[in-house]
Amino acid sequence: MTDAKRPLPDAEEADTRAFWQATKAHRLSYQQCRQCNTVVFYPRAHCTGCTNGELEWKDSAGSGTVYTYSVVRQSYHPFFRGLAPYIVAWIDLDEGPRLVSNLIGVDTPDLSLIGRRVTVVWEDHETLAVPLFALA
Amino acid sequence: MATQARDAAIVGIHEFPSRDVEGRQSALQIKAASAARALEDAGLNWSDVDAVYDAGEGGGMAGLNIAEYFGLKPRVIDTTGVGGSSYEYHAAHAKRDIAAGKARVALLTYGSTAHSAVQRIGVGGRAGGGHPADNMDVFAGLTLVANYALVAHRHMHQYGTTSAQLAEIPVATRYHAMRNPEAVKAMQDLDFLDIRETTVDDVLRSRMIADPLHLLECCMISDGGGAVVIASPEVARDCRQPPVWILGAGEATKYPETGGDVTVSAAAQSGPDAFGEAGVSPGEVDIAMIYDSFSITVLTILEDLGFCPKGEGGRWVEGGRLKFDNRDGPALNTDGGGLSSNHPGMRGIFLLIEAARQLRGQSCSQVHGARLAVAHGNGGMLGTRHCAGTIVLGRD
Repeated sequence: MTDAKRPLPDAEEADTRAFWQATKAHRLSYQQCRQCNTVVFYPRAHCTGCTNGELEWKDSAGSGTVYTYSVVRQSYHPFFRGLAPYIVAWIDLDEGPRLVSNLIGVDTPDLSLIGRRVTVVWEDHETLAVPLFALA
Repeated sequence: MATQARDAAIVGIHEFPSRDVEGRQSALQIKAASAARALEDAGLNWSDVDAVYDAGEGGGMAGLNIAEYFGLKPRVIDTTGVGGSSYEYHAAHAKRDIAAGKARVALLTYGSTAHSAVQRIGVGGRAGGGHPADNMDVFAGLTLVANYALVAHRHMHQYGTTSAQLAEIPVATRYHAMRNPEAVKAMQDLDFLDIRETTVDDVLRSRMIADPLHLLECCMISDGGGAVVIASPEVARDCRQPPVWILGAGEATKYPETGGDVTVSAAAQSGPDAFGEAGVSPGEVDIAMIYDSFSITVLTILEDLGFCPKGEGGRWVEGGRLKFDNRDGPALNTDGGGLSSNHPGMRGIFLLIEAARQLRGQSCSQVHGARLAVAHGNGGMLGTRHCAGTIVLGRD
Protein backbone atom coordinates (compact mmCIF):
# COMPACT_ATOMS: atom_id res chain seq x y z
CA MET A 1 0.00 0.00 0.00
CA THR A 2 2.67 2.49 1.02
CA ASP A 3 4.69 2.15 -2.19
CA ALA A 4 1.66 2.70 -4.45
CA LYS A 5 2.50 5.49 -6.90
CA ARG A 6 0.43 8.41 -8.11
CA PRO A 7 -0.86 7.61 -11.62
CA LEU A 8 0.92 9.91 -14.06
CA PRO A 9 -0.01 11.24 -17.50
CA ASP A 10 1.49 9.81 -20.66
CA ALA A 11 4.25 12.37 -21.32
CA GLU A 12 4.25 11.51 -25.04
CA GLU A 13 0.51 11.85 -25.73
CA ALA A 14 0.19 13.81 -29.00
CA ASP A 15 -2.00 16.72 -27.89
CA THR A 16 -0.77 17.25 -24.34
CA ARG A 17 2.95 16.41 -24.76
CA ALA A 18 4.06 20.06 -24.85
CA PHE A 19 2.06 20.88 -21.72
CA TRP A 20 3.70 18.08 -19.76
CA GLN A 21 7.16 18.89 -21.16
CA ALA A 22 6.78 22.45 -19.81
CA THR A 23 5.92 21.17 -16.33
CA LYS A 24 9.49 19.90 -15.97
CA ALA A 25 10.49 23.58 -15.72
CA HIS A 26 7.47 24.25 -13.46
CA ARG A 27 5.68 26.12 -16.21
CA LEU A 28 1.89 25.88 -16.21
CA SER A 29 1.03 26.53 -19.83
CA TYR A 30 -2.05 26.94 -21.99
CA GLN A 31 -2.78 27.86 -25.60
CA GLN A 32 -4.34 30.98 -27.09
CA CYS A 33 -5.09 31.69 -30.73
CA ARG A 34 -3.24 34.59 -32.33
CA GLN A 35 -6.06 35.00 -34.87
CA CYS A 36 -9.20 34.92 -32.72
CA ASN A 37 -7.85 35.03 -29.11
CA THR A 38 -9.71 31.84 -28.12
CA VAL A 39 -8.11 30.19 -25.09
CA VAL A 40 -7.78 26.46 -25.83
CA PHE A 41 -7.59 24.06 -22.87
CA TYR A 42 -6.96 21.09 -22.67
CA PRO A 43 -4.20 21.50 -25.27
CA ARG A 44 -4.88 20.63 -28.89
CA ALA A 45 -3.17 21.06 -32.24
CA HIS A 46 -6.06 23.09 -33.69
CA CYS A 47 -7.97 26.19 -32.65
CA THR A 48 -11.61 25.54 -31.65
CA GLY A 49 -12.56 29.17 -32.33
CA CYS A 50 -11.51 29.54 -35.96
CA THR A 51 -10.43 27.26 -38.79
CA ASN A 52 -7.19 29.06 -39.66
CA GLY A 53 -6.08 29.51 -36.07
CA GLU A 54 -2.51 29.77 -34.91
CA LEU A 55 -2.10 28.58 -31.34
CA GLU A 56 0.53 30.14 -29.18
CA TRP A 57 1.74 28.72 -25.85
CA LYS A 58 1.44 31.03 -22.85
CA ASP A 59 2.40 30.55 -19.22
CA SER A 60 -0.07 30.95 -16.38
CA ALA A 61 1.17 32.77 -13.28
CA GLY A 62 -0.16 29.76 -11.36
CA SER A 63 -2.81 31.61 -9.39
CA GLY A 64 -6.50 30.94 -9.46
CA THR A 65 -9.77 30.33 -7.65
CA VAL A 66 -11.52 27.15 -6.49
CA TYR A 67 -14.55 26.71 -8.76
CA THR A 68 -15.79 23.54 -7.04
CA TYR A 69 -14.36 20.55 -5.19
CA SER A 70 -15.04 17.26 -3.44
CA VAL A 71 -13.43 15.51 -0.50
CA VAL A 72 -12.87 11.96 -1.77
CA ARG A 73 -13.22 9.40 1.02
CA GLN A 74 -13.30 6.18 -1.03
CA SER A 75 -11.17 5.19 -4.02
CA TYR A 76 -10.30 1.81 -5.48
CA HIS A 77 -6.92 2.99 -6.71
CA PRO A 78 -4.17 1.89 -4.30
CA PHE A 79 -2.43 5.28 -4.27
CA PHE A 80 -5.58 7.30 -3.70
CA ARG A 81 -6.93 4.78 -1.19
CA GLY A 82 -3.83 5.50 0.86
CA LEU A 83 -4.24 9.26 0.37
CA ALA A 84 -7.97 9.43 1.30
CA PRO A 85 -9.49 11.67 2.38
CA TYR A 86 -8.10 13.99 -0.28
CA ILE A 87 -9.51 16.96 -2.18
CA VAL A 88 -10.17 17.02 -5.90
CA ALA A 89 -10.94 20.49 -7.18
CA TRP A 90 -11.61 22.38 -10.33
CA ILE A 91 -9.34 25.43 -10.40
CA ASP A 92 -10.12 28.49 -12.51
CA LEU A 93 -6.72 29.97 -13.40
CA ASP A 94 -6.70 33.76 -13.58
CA GLU A 95 -5.85 33.51 -17.28
CA GLY A 96 -9.05 31.53 -18.01
CA PRO A 97 -8.30 27.80 -18.22
CA ARG A 98 -10.10 25.54 -15.77
CA LEU A 99 -8.21 22.45 -14.65
CA VAL A 100 -8.74 19.46 -12.39
CA SER A 101 -6.19 19.07 -9.61
CA ASN A 102 -5.75 18.31 -5.91
CA LEU A 103 -5.94 20.89 -3.15
CA ILE A 104 -3.27 20.09 -0.61
CA GLY A 105 -2.61 21.26 2.94
CA VAL A 106 -6.27 21.94 3.78
CA ASP A 107 -7.08 20.94 7.36
CA THR A 108 -10.78 21.72 7.57
CA PRO A 109 -12.51 21.28 4.22
CA ASP A 110 -15.96 22.83 4.14
CA LEU A 111 -18.23 24.64 1.72
CA SER A 112 -16.26 27.86 2.09
CA LEU A 113 -13.47 26.41 -0.10
CA ILE A 114 -15.39 27.46 -3.22
CA GLY A 115 -14.11 30.85 -4.29
CA ARG A 116 -10.90 30.60 -2.23
CA ARG A 117 -7.68 31.79 -3.86
CA VAL A 118 -5.05 29.16 -4.61
CA THR A 119 -1.53 28.92 -6.04
CA VAL A 120 0.24 26.10 -7.80
CA VAL A 121 2.57 23.75 -5.89
CA TRP A 122 4.67 21.47 -8.07
CA GLU A 123 5.16 17.79 -7.28
CA ASP A 124 8.23 16.59 -9.16
CA HIS A 125 8.41 13.21 -10.87
CA GLU A 126 11.04 11.70 -13.14
CA THR A 127 9.54 12.68 -16.51
CA LEU A 128 7.27 15.58 -15.55
CA ALA A 129 5.89 17.60 -12.64
CA VAL A 130 2.30 17.57 -11.46
CA PRO A 131 0.54 20.89 -10.73
CA LEU A 132 -1.16 20.66 -7.33
CA PHE A 133 -2.67 23.66 -5.55
CA ALA A 134 -2.59 25.12 -2.03
CA LEU A 135 -4.67 27.88 -0.46
CA ALA A 136 -3.01 31.26 -1.09
CA MET B 1 -51.79 17.75 -29.40
CA ALA B 2 -53.48 17.19 -32.75
CA THR B 3 -50.37 18.26 -34.62
CA GLN B 4 -48.14 15.67 -32.96
CA ALA B 5 -46.49 13.30 -35.41
CA ARG B 6 -47.21 9.72 -34.42
CA ASP B 7 -44.92 7.90 -36.78
CA ALA B 8 -43.23 5.42 -34.43
CA ALA B 9 -44.25 3.69 -31.22
CA ILE B 10 -42.75 1.45 -28.56
CA VAL B 11 -44.65 -1.81 -28.97
CA GLY B 12 -42.49 -4.31 -27.08
CA ILE B 13 -40.49 -4.12 -23.86
CA HIS B 14 -38.58 -6.44 -21.58
CA GLU B 15 -36.42 -5.84 -18.53
CA PHE B 16 -34.09 -8.75 -17.78
CA PRO B 17 -35.16 -9.81 -14.27
CA SER B 18 -31.83 -10.82 -12.70
CA ARG B 19 -29.39 -8.25 -11.30
CA ASP B 20 -26.81 -10.89 -10.42
CA VAL B 21 -26.10 -13.61 -12.99
CA GLU B 22 -23.15 -14.81 -10.88
CA GLY B 23 -20.87 -14.76 -13.90
CA ARG B 24 -22.85 -17.51 -15.63
CA GLN B 25 -24.39 -15.44 -18.45
CA SER B 26 -22.83 -13.03 -20.91
CA ALA B 27 -23.95 -9.57 -21.99
CA LEU B 28 -24.81 -10.99 -25.43
CA GLN B 29 -26.98 -13.70 -23.89
CA ILE B 30 -28.82 -11.09 -21.81
CA LYS B 31 -29.36 -8.99 -24.97
CA ALA B 32 -30.74 -11.95 -26.94
CA ALA B 33 -32.97 -13.25 -24.15
CA SER B 34 -34.38 -9.76 -23.63
CA ALA B 35 -34.91 -9.25 -27.37
CA ALA B 36 -36.90 -12.47 -27.67
CA ARG B 37 -39.16 -11.53 -24.73
CA ALA B 38 -39.70 -7.97 -26.02
CA LEU B 39 -40.62 -9.26 -29.49
CA GLU B 40 -43.01 -11.74 -27.84
CA ASP B 41 -44.49 -8.88 -25.79
CA ALA B 42 -45.22 -7.08 -29.07
CA GLY B 43 -46.49 -10.20 -30.83
CA LEU B 44 -43.64 -10.05 -33.33
CA ASN B 45 -40.82 -12.40 -34.31
CA TRP B 46 -37.11 -12.13 -35.15
CA SER B 47 -38.00 -12.14 -38.84
CA ASP B 48 -40.02 -8.93 -38.44
CA VAL B 49 -36.96 -6.93 -37.34
CA ASP B 50 -35.39 -4.82 -40.09
CA ALA B 51 -33.38 -2.32 -38.00
CA VAL B 52 -30.93 -2.84 -35.12
CA TYR B 53 -29.60 -0.26 -32.66
CA ASP B 54 -26.58 -1.28 -30.63
CA ALA B 55 -24.26 0.62 -28.31
CA GLY B 56 -21.59 -2.05 -28.70
CA GLU B 57 -21.48 -3.19 -25.07
CA GLY B 58 -21.79 -6.82 -26.16
CA GLY B 59 -18.28 -6.70 -27.62
CA GLY B 60 -16.96 -7.17 -31.14
CA MET B 61 -17.99 -4.88 -33.97
CA ALA B 62 -21.15 -3.12 -32.85
CA GLY B 63 -24.14 -3.79 -35.08
CA LEU B 64 -22.55 -6.62 -37.01
CA ASN B 65 -21.94 -8.80 -33.99
CA ILE B 66 -25.49 -8.71 -32.71
CA ALA B 67 -27.05 -9.01 -36.19
CA GLU B 68 -25.23 -12.33 -36.60
CA TYR B 69 -25.84 -13.45 -33.00
CA PHE B 70 -29.56 -12.74 -33.32
CA GLY B 71 -29.65 -14.15 -36.86
CA LEU B 72 -30.96 -10.93 -38.43
CA LYS B 73 -30.33 -9.24 -41.77
CA PRO B 74 -31.24 -5.63 -40.91
CA ARG B 75 -31.51 -2.78 -43.44
CA VAL B 76 -30.67 -0.13 -40.85
CA ILE B 77 -27.72 -0.54 -38.47
CA ASP B 78 -27.16 2.25 -35.92
CA THR B 79 -24.28 1.93 -33.46
CA THR B 80 -24.52 5.19 -31.57
CA GLY B 81 -22.60 4.63 -28.34
CA VAL B 82 -22.97 7.49 -25.88
CA GLY B 83 -22.96 5.59 -22.59
CA GLY B 84 -26.13 5.50 -20.55
CA SER B 85 -27.93 7.86 -22.93
CA SER B 86 -27.39 5.55 -25.93
CA TYR B 87 -30.93 4.14 -25.79
CA GLU B 88 -32.62 7.54 -25.93
CA TYR B 89 -30.51 8.22 -29.04
CA HIS B 90 -31.49 4.83 -30.44
CA ALA B 91 -35.18 5.57 -29.87
CA ALA B 92 -34.80 8.97 -31.55
CA HIS B 93 -32.99 7.45 -34.52
CA ALA B 94 -35.47 4.57 -34.81
CA LYS B 95 -38.33 7.07 -34.99
CA ARG B 96 -36.43 9.01 -37.67
CA ASP B 97 -35.61 5.89 -39.67
CA ILE B 98 -39.17 4.55 -39.47
CA ALA B 99 -40.65 7.95 -40.40
CA ALA B 100 -38.29 8.06 -43.40
CA GLY B 101 -39.57 4.68 -44.56
CA LYS B 102 -36.17 2.99 -44.06
CA ALA B 103 -37.45 0.52 -41.45
CA ARG B 104 -40.66 -0.89 -39.94
CA VAL B 105 -39.51 -2.74 -36.81
CA ALA B 106 -36.53 -1.53 -34.77
CA LEU B 107 -34.84 -3.56 -32.06
CA LEU B 108 -32.87 -1.96 -29.19
CA THR B 109 -31.01 -4.23 -26.77
CA TYR B 110 -28.78 -3.89 -23.74
CA GLY B 111 -26.83 -6.40 -21.69
CA SER B 112 -24.23 -6.02 -18.98
CA THR B 113 -22.49 -8.09 -16.35
CA ALA B 114 -21.00 -5.11 -14.51
CA HIS B 115 -21.73 -6.62 -11.10
CA SER B 116 -20.35 -10.09 -11.90
CA ALA B 117 -17.30 -8.66 -13.63
CA VAL B 118 -16.41 -6.58 -10.58
CA GLN B 119 -16.68 -9.62 -8.38
CA ARG B 120 -14.35 -11.56 -10.64
CA ILE B 121 -11.71 -9.03 -11.58
CA GLY B 122 -11.94 -6.27 -8.97
CA VAL B 123 -12.22 -2.58 -9.77
CA GLY B 124 -9.04 -0.98 -11.06
CA GLY B 125 -8.11 2.66 -10.88
CA ARG B 126 -8.44 4.99 -13.82
CA ALA B 127 -5.75 4.56 -16.42
CA GLY B 128 -3.86 7.37 -18.10
CA GLY B 129 -3.40 7.86 -21.81
CA GLY B 130 -6.12 7.49 -24.39
CA HIS B 131 -8.07 10.69 -24.82
CA PRO B 132 -6.06 13.88 -24.29
CA ALA B 133 -8.63 15.19 -21.79
CA ASP B 134 -8.08 12.12 -19.61
CA ASN B 135 -4.35 12.66 -19.84
CA MET B 136 -4.78 16.06 -18.17
CA ASP B 137 -6.48 14.89 -14.97
CA VAL B 138 -5.36 11.28 -14.47
CA PHE B 139 -3.02 12.40 -11.68
CA ALA B 140 -5.77 13.92 -9.51
CA GLY B 141 -7.79 10.83 -8.51
CA LEU B 142 -11.14 12.15 -9.69
CA THR B 143 -13.38 9.16 -8.90
CA LEU B 144 -16.73 8.67 -10.58
CA VAL B 145 -18.64 9.70 -7.46
CA ALA B 146 -16.40 12.75 -6.97
CA ASN B 147 -17.10 13.82 -10.55
CA TYR B 148 -20.78 14.18 -9.67
CA ALA B 149 -19.94 15.60 -6.25
CA LEU B 150 -18.24 18.54 -8.01
CA VAL B 151 -21.63 19.45 -9.47
CA ALA B 152 -23.43 19.00 -6.15
CA HIS B 153 -21.01 21.28 -4.27
CA ARG B 154 -21.27 24.00 -6.87
CA HIS B 155 -25.07 23.67 -6.92
CA MET B 156 -25.13 24.13 -3.14
CA HIS B 157 -22.81 27.13 -3.40
CA GLN B 158 -24.69 28.83 -6.21
CA TYR B 159 -28.29 28.18 -5.16
CA GLY B 160 -28.24 27.21 -1.48
CA THR B 161 -29.28 23.63 -2.20
CA THR B 162 -28.96 21.34 0.84
CA SER B 163 -28.12 17.67 1.33
CA ALA B 164 -31.57 17.18 2.85
CA GLN B 165 -33.12 18.42 -0.39
CA LEU B 166 -30.92 16.13 -2.51
CA ALA B 167 -31.94 13.23 -0.23
CA GLU B 168 -35.56 13.61 -1.37
CA ILE B 169 -34.54 11.94 -4.65
CA PRO B 170 -33.24 8.59 -3.29
CA VAL B 171 -36.11 8.60 -0.78
CA ALA B 172 -38.63 8.82 -3.65
CA THR B 173 -36.94 6.15 -5.76
CA ARG B 174 -36.68 3.75 -2.79
CA TYR B 175 -40.39 4.36 -2.07
CA HIS B 176 -41.07 3.11 -5.60
CA ALA B 177 -38.53 0.30 -5.45
CA MET B 178 -40.21 -1.21 -2.40
CA ARG B 179 -43.38 -1.64 -4.49
CA ASN B 180 -41.45 -3.41 -7.29
CA PRO B 181 -40.70 -7.08 -6.48
CA GLU B 182 -37.82 -7.19 -9.00
CA ALA B 183 -36.22 -4.16 -7.35
CA VAL B 184 -36.55 -5.69 -3.89
CA LYS B 185 -35.00 -8.91 -5.20
CA ALA B 186 -32.21 -6.87 -6.80
CA MET B 187 -31.36 -5.20 -3.49
CA GLN B 188 -31.40 -8.60 -1.76
CA ASP B 189 -29.19 -10.21 -4.41
CA LEU B 190 -26.74 -7.29 -4.22
CA ASP B 191 -26.55 -7.57 -0.42
CA PHE B 192 -28.13 -4.22 0.41
CA LEU B 193 -28.44 -3.81 4.18
CA ASP B 194 -31.73 -2.94 5.85
CA ILE B 195 -33.96 -3.02 2.75
CA ARG B 196 -36.93 -0.75 3.44
CA GLU B 197 -38.41 2.64 2.65
CA THR B 198 -35.95 5.35 3.65
CA THR B 199 -36.19 8.83 5.13
CA VAL B 200 -34.18 11.97 4.47
CA ASP B 201 -32.39 11.33 7.76
CA ASP B 202 -31.46 7.79 6.64
CA VAL B 203 -29.77 9.25 3.59
CA LEU B 204 -27.94 11.93 5.58
CA ARG B 205 -26.77 9.34 8.11
CA SER B 206 -25.33 7.02 5.44
CA ARG B 207 -21.59 7.35 5.07
CA MET B 208 -20.01 10.08 2.99
CA ILE B 209 -18.40 8.73 -0.21
CA ALA B 210 -17.26 11.98 -1.82
CA ASP B 211 -18.49 15.17 -0.16
CA PRO B 212 -21.27 16.13 -0.39
CA LEU B 213 -22.63 12.81 -1.73
CA HIS B 214 -23.60 10.05 0.74
CA LEU B 215 -23.78 6.32 0.03
CA LEU B 216 -27.58 6.35 -0.38
CA GLU B 217 -27.27 9.07 -3.04
CA CYS B 218 -25.25 6.69 -5.26
CA CYS B 219 -26.63 4.12 -7.70
CA MET B 220 -26.11 0.39 -7.38
CA ILE B 221 -23.84 -1.66 -9.65
CA SER B 222 -25.86 -4.58 -10.99
CA ASP B 223 -25.92 -7.03 -13.84
CA GLY B 224 -28.86 -6.68 -16.18
CA GLY B 225 -30.22 -5.61 -19.50
CA GLY B 226 -33.35 -5.26 -21.54
CA ALA B 227 -34.87 -4.70 -24.94
CA VAL B 228 -37.28 -2.32 -26.63
CA VAL B 229 -39.12 -2.84 -29.92
CA ILE B 230 -40.18 0.27 -31.86
CA ALA B 231 -42.51 -0.04 -34.85
CA SER B 232 -44.28 1.93 -37.55
CA PRO B 233 -47.99 2.83 -37.06
CA GLU B 234 -48.99 0.09 -39.52
CA VAL B 235 -47.14 -2.57 -37.54
CA ALA B 236 -48.15 -1.09 -34.18
CA ARG B 237 -51.84 -1.37 -35.06
CA ASP B 238 -51.61 -5.18 -35.01
CA CYS B 239 -49.34 -5.55 -31.97
CA ARG B 240 -50.43 -7.16 -28.69
CA GLN B 241 -49.81 -4.06 -26.59
CA PRO B 242 -51.16 -0.53 -26.94
CA PRO B 243 -48.64 1.74 -28.71
CA VAL B 244 -46.50 4.20 -26.75
CA TRP B 245 -45.74 6.95 -29.24
CA ILE B 246 -42.40 8.70 -29.52
CA LEU B 247 -43.55 12.32 -29.69
CA GLY B 248 -40.27 14.22 -29.48
CA ALA B 249 -36.53 13.78 -29.18
CA GLY B 250 -33.51 15.89 -28.37
CA GLU B 251 -29.76 15.28 -28.24
CA ALA B 252 -26.90 17.33 -26.80
CA THR B 253 -23.33 17.32 -25.50
CA LYS B 254 -21.71 19.12 -22.58
CA TYR B 255 -18.01 19.44 -21.75
CA PRO B 256 -15.80 21.75 -19.70
CA GLU B 257 -15.33 25.23 -21.12
CA THR B 258 -13.65 28.34 -19.85
CA GLY B 259 -16.13 30.06 -17.56
CA GLY B 260 -18.72 27.30 -18.06
CA ASP B 261 -21.44 26.52 -15.50
CA VAL B 262 -21.12 22.95 -14.19
CA THR B 263 -24.61 23.10 -12.65
CA VAL B 264 -26.16 23.16 -16.14
CA SER B 265 -26.23 19.79 -17.94
CA ALA B 266 -26.74 18.93 -21.59
CA ALA B 267 -30.44 18.51 -20.78
CA ALA B 268 -30.77 22.30 -21.05
CA GLN B 269 -30.28 21.84 -24.81
CA SER B 270 -31.87 18.44 -25.48
CA GLY B 271 -34.97 19.09 -23.34
CA PRO B 272 -36.38 22.11 -25.20
CA ASP B 273 -35.77 20.34 -28.53
CA ALA B 274 -37.71 17.27 -27.38
CA PHE B 275 -40.59 19.17 -25.75
CA GLY B 276 -40.75 21.52 -28.73
CA GLU B 277 -41.06 18.65 -31.19
CA ALA B 278 -43.71 16.98 -29.02
CA GLY B 279 -45.62 20.24 -28.59
CA VAL B 280 -45.96 19.75 -24.84
CA SER B 281 -44.54 21.46 -21.77
CA PRO B 282 -42.84 19.85 -18.74
CA GLY B 283 -45.79 20.85 -16.55
CA GLU B 284 -48.00 18.41 -18.48
CA VAL B 285 -45.70 15.43 -17.87
CA ASP B 286 -46.98 12.67 -15.57
CA ILE B 287 -43.87 10.47 -15.48
CA ALA B 288 -40.24 11.66 -15.25
CA MET B 289 -37.83 8.84 -15.99
CA ILE B 290 -34.54 10.63 -15.29
CA TYR B 291 -31.15 8.92 -15.26
CA ASP B 292 -30.48 8.62 -11.51
CA SER B 293 -26.82 7.73 -11.32
CA PHE B 294 -26.70 10.03 -8.29
CA SER B 295 -29.11 12.37 -6.51
CA ILE B 296 -27.54 15.45 -8.09
CA THR B 297 -27.96 14.06 -11.61
CA VAL B 298 -31.74 14.08 -11.18
CA LEU B 299 -31.91 17.49 -9.50
CA THR B 300 -29.85 19.13 -12.22
CA ILE B 301 -31.77 17.47 -15.05
CA LEU B 302 -35.22 18.27 -13.58
CA GLU B 303 -34.21 21.94 -13.61
CA ASP B 304 -32.62 21.79 -17.06
CA LEU B 305 -35.68 20.08 -18.56
CA GLY B 306 -37.78 22.94 -17.21
CA PHE B 307 -39.81 21.22 -14.47
CA CYS B 308 -38.78 24.14 -12.25
CA PRO B 309 -36.57 27.22 -12.70
CA LYS B 310 -32.79 26.73 -12.62
CA GLY B 311 -31.49 26.64 -9.08
CA GLU B 312 -34.90 26.05 -7.47
CA GLY B 313 -34.78 22.25 -7.74
CA GLY B 314 -33.82 21.77 -4.11
CA ARG B 315 -36.89 23.53 -2.75
CA TRP B 316 -39.06 22.07 -5.52
CA VAL B 317 -38.40 18.41 -4.68
CA GLU B 318 -39.10 18.89 -0.94
CA GLY B 319 -42.06 17.20 0.71
CA GLY B 320 -42.08 14.07 -1.46
CA ARG B 321 -43.22 15.84 -4.62
CA LEU B 322 -41.65 13.13 -6.83
CA LYS B 323 -43.49 10.16 -5.30
CA PHE B 324 -46.00 8.45 -7.58
CA ASP B 325 -48.96 9.15 -5.30
CA ASN B 326 -48.19 12.87 -4.97
CA ARG B 327 -49.95 14.70 -7.81
CA ASP B 328 -48.14 18.03 -7.32
CA GLY B 329 -45.32 16.90 -9.59
CA PRO B 330 -44.24 14.18 -11.99
CA ALA B 331 -43.59 10.70 -10.62
CA LEU B 332 -39.85 10.04 -10.66
CA ASN B 333 -38.36 6.68 -11.68
CA THR B 334 -41.33 4.59 -10.65
CA ASP B 335 -39.40 1.31 -11.13
CA GLY B 336 -37.03 2.27 -8.31
CA GLY B 337 -34.39 3.75 -10.60
CA GLY B 338 -30.68 3.15 -10.74
CA LEU B 339 -30.54 4.10 -7.08
CA SER B 340 -32.71 1.18 -5.93
CA SER B 341 -33.59 -1.18 -8.80
CA ASN B 342 -31.27 -1.55 -11.76
CA HIS B 343 -27.97 0.03 -12.79
CA PRO B 344 -25.66 -2.19 -14.84
CA GLY B 345 -23.73 0.84 -16.13
CA MET B 346 -25.90 2.20 -18.96
CA ARG B 347 -29.40 2.58 -17.59
CA GLY B 348 -31.00 4.47 -20.47
CA ILE B 349 -33.03 1.53 -21.80
CA PHE B 350 -34.87 1.10 -18.48
CA LEU B 351 -36.05 4.71 -18.70
CA LEU B 352 -37.90 3.84 -21.92
CA ILE B 353 -39.17 0.53 -20.53
CA GLU B 354 -40.69 1.94 -17.33
CA ALA B 355 -42.11 4.96 -19.18
CA ALA B 356 -43.83 2.52 -21.55
CA ARG B 357 -45.16 0.46 -18.61
CA GLN B 358 -46.67 3.61 -17.09
CA LEU B 359 -48.34 4.67 -20.33
CA ARG B 360 -49.73 1.13 -20.72
CA GLY B 361 -50.94 1.12 -17.09
CA GLN B 362 -48.57 -1.72 -16.06
CA SER B 363 -46.25 -0.15 -13.46
CA CYS B 364 -45.92 -1.37 -9.87
CA SER B 365 -46.27 2.29 -8.86
CA GLN B 366 -48.88 3.17 -11.45
CA VAL B 367 -49.85 6.81 -11.82
CA HIS B 368 -53.57 6.73 -12.51
CA GLY B 369 -54.34 7.90 -16.03
CA ALA B 370 -50.72 8.66 -16.96
CA ARG B 371 -50.67 10.16 -20.45
CA LEU B 372 -47.25 11.75 -20.95
CA ALA B 373 -43.76 10.62 -19.96
CA VAL B 374 -40.25 11.89 -20.46
CA ALA B 375 -37.20 9.61 -20.56
CA HIS B 376 -33.92 11.44 -20.14
CA GLY B 377 -30.62 9.61 -20.43
CA ASN B 378 -27.28 11.02 -19.32
CA GLY B 379 -24.22 9.29 -20.72
CA GLY B 380 -20.67 9.98 -19.54
CA MET B 381 -19.98 12.12 -16.48
CA LEU B 382 -22.22 14.91 -15.23
CA GLY B 383 -19.31 16.93 -13.81
CA THR B 384 -16.98 16.81 -16.79
CA ARG B 385 -18.27 15.59 -20.16
CA HIS B 386 -21.52 13.91 -21.09
CA CYS B 387 -24.19 13.34 -23.71
CA ALA B 388 -27.90 13.79 -23.13
CA GLY B 389 -30.87 12.25 -24.89
CA THR B 390 -34.45 13.32 -24.14
CA ILE B 391 -37.48 11.38 -25.38
CA VAL B 392 -41.08 12.50 -24.87
CA LEU B 393 -43.59 9.64 -24.95
CA GLY B 394 -47.40 9.59 -25.09
CA ARG B 395 -50.22 7.07 -25.33
CA ASP B 396 -53.18 7.06 -27.69
